[in-house]
Amino acid sequence: MTGIKELYRYRNLFSELVRKGIVLKYRRSYLGVVWSMIEPLLTMMVLTVVFGTLLGHHEKAFSVYILSGRLIYSLFSQSTTAALKSIRQNEGLIKKVYVPKILYPVSAVVFNYVLFIISLIVLAGVSLVLGVYPTKKLLLIIIPLAILFIFSVGAGLVLSTLGTFFRDLEYLWNVALMLVMYTCAIFYYPDAILHSDVYWILKMNPLFCIIANFRSCLFGGNMDMWMLGYSSIFAVFTLILGYWIFEKNKNKFILYL
Amino acid sequence: MKENKDSSSEVIKLDTVTMEFNLHKEKLDSMKEYFIKLIKKDVDKKHFKALDNISFTVNRGDRVGVLGLNGAGKSTLMKIIAGVFEPTSGSVHTKGIIAPMIELGAGFDMQYTGAENIYLYGAVLGHSRKFMEKQFPGIVEFSELKEFIDVPLKNYSSGMRARLGFSIATMVNPDILILDEVLSVGDAKFRKKSENKLLSMMDESTTVLFVSHNLEQVKRLCNKAMILEKGKLIAMGNIDEIAEQYEEMTK
Repeated sequence: MTGIKELYRYRNLFSELVRKGIVLKYRRSYLGVVWSMIEPLLTMMVLTVVFGTLLGHHEKAFSVYILSGRLIYSLFSQSTTAALKSIRQNEGLIKKVYVPKILYPVSAVVFNYVLFIISLIVLAGVSLVLGVYPTKKLLLIIIPLAILFIFSVGAGLVLSTLGTFFRDLEYLWNVALMLVMYTCAIFYYPDAILHSDVYWILKMNPLFCIIANFRSCLFGGNMDMWMLGYSSIFAVFTLILGYWIFEKNKNKFILYL
Repeated sequence: MKENKDSSSEVIKLDTVTMEFNLHKEKLDSMKEYFIKLIKKDVDKKHFKALDNISFTVNRGDRVGVLGLNGAGKSTLMKIIAGVFEPTSGSVHTKGIIAPMIELGAGFDMQYTGAENIYLYGAVLGHSRKFMEKQFPGIVEFSELKEFIDVPLKNYSSGMRARLGFSIATMVNPDILILDEVLSVGDAKFRKKSENKLLSMMDESTTVLFVSHNLEQVKRLCNKAMILEKGKLIAMGNIDEIAEQYEEMTK
């Protein structure tokens, strides 16, 4: 477990890297971190108007439904994309000093996660305004959030390793993310296709399982146990795979920068 | 960074270190190229030994000049000691905090301002923000970059970057300081100031590795020296003998 020991030894650097990610993301914008709240709010409005009209959902909670899915999806897409680019982005450091390289992708996921937690304030606000009130089950929301974190770190590690060797992956991952998005049921109810032949595709998407359970907690329903099990196993497996592939290749990165 | 907990005065120990590079005729950057080459079984296997079987030790407080012509492997050696490269074979042991300044600069982020980089580089060397806040005025003062401290580093000249890097690296009292050509870019005034700073660190038991093509400067600052030639360590010892030998070589 030298990796964890090193992480502790470099904790100052880790928090500096998280800070760097946040600072550079909003550099030169007037509102800064506030954007992490305004942006999802505006997106929610657009999606509600477009899909609410298109699909005929006029209930108020539909906005909460969209926003919750959208927030989780964008955390996943932004953190994995940031992790994918993290090794190249920190080229200046990697070429000159020794730093445990795992800090770069992990800090990239963590800084996006911090912004995501901030944006949950918006979700809380919107929920209360639109009449989705918290129940006891809301406390369980920490479970899908933890799975989401593990899954993002794992996927980030895999992508940062491959992305360092193959620049193309950046574009390929964008396309893959689009597929992930459409199979996440962000702006439609999965019941629409519940009984069709393609529902298994949704259930095979771990991010959809996380979103579905997150929504259950939010709306006071029960989590789907199959989805819970599947998404946790998938997340842990991804993390182990990511750690392994990263550690195996980390010394070669510098030759490709 | 591997640590050796033995309580001897050896702070750097290299044991039969060899560094080989795989010289790709062209860098394989895209998947298409990679798969084409893979199918053709053409992934290049041309090797180049940048360092060949190098062993030496450096004691605490020594200031070692590293001499050699271009391409002798000086920067590669510094990168291996700093932990940037993992050697192909052999082992490297170092003790304490290493502040490396390789190929003219420290590890900086070009998007970040000078001030932000001070904290970032401080953290790279293992220091907390609190500690760096105390060092901050001294670093800014020594680097003479007060007016530019809030400007992103990408707009700095190479001399300014070297000044900032040198100031941070020397103000935080590292155990090992690696200076690779750093003092060759600043103006004469800053160079003089830096040399004085280095000499004043002599009694603070900082170990210095100093790469320079300026033999006079090496003689002034170092008590020991080594000569590298084509990746091999051909001599190491007291500065006077080695300087003489190097002068013979470069005649």
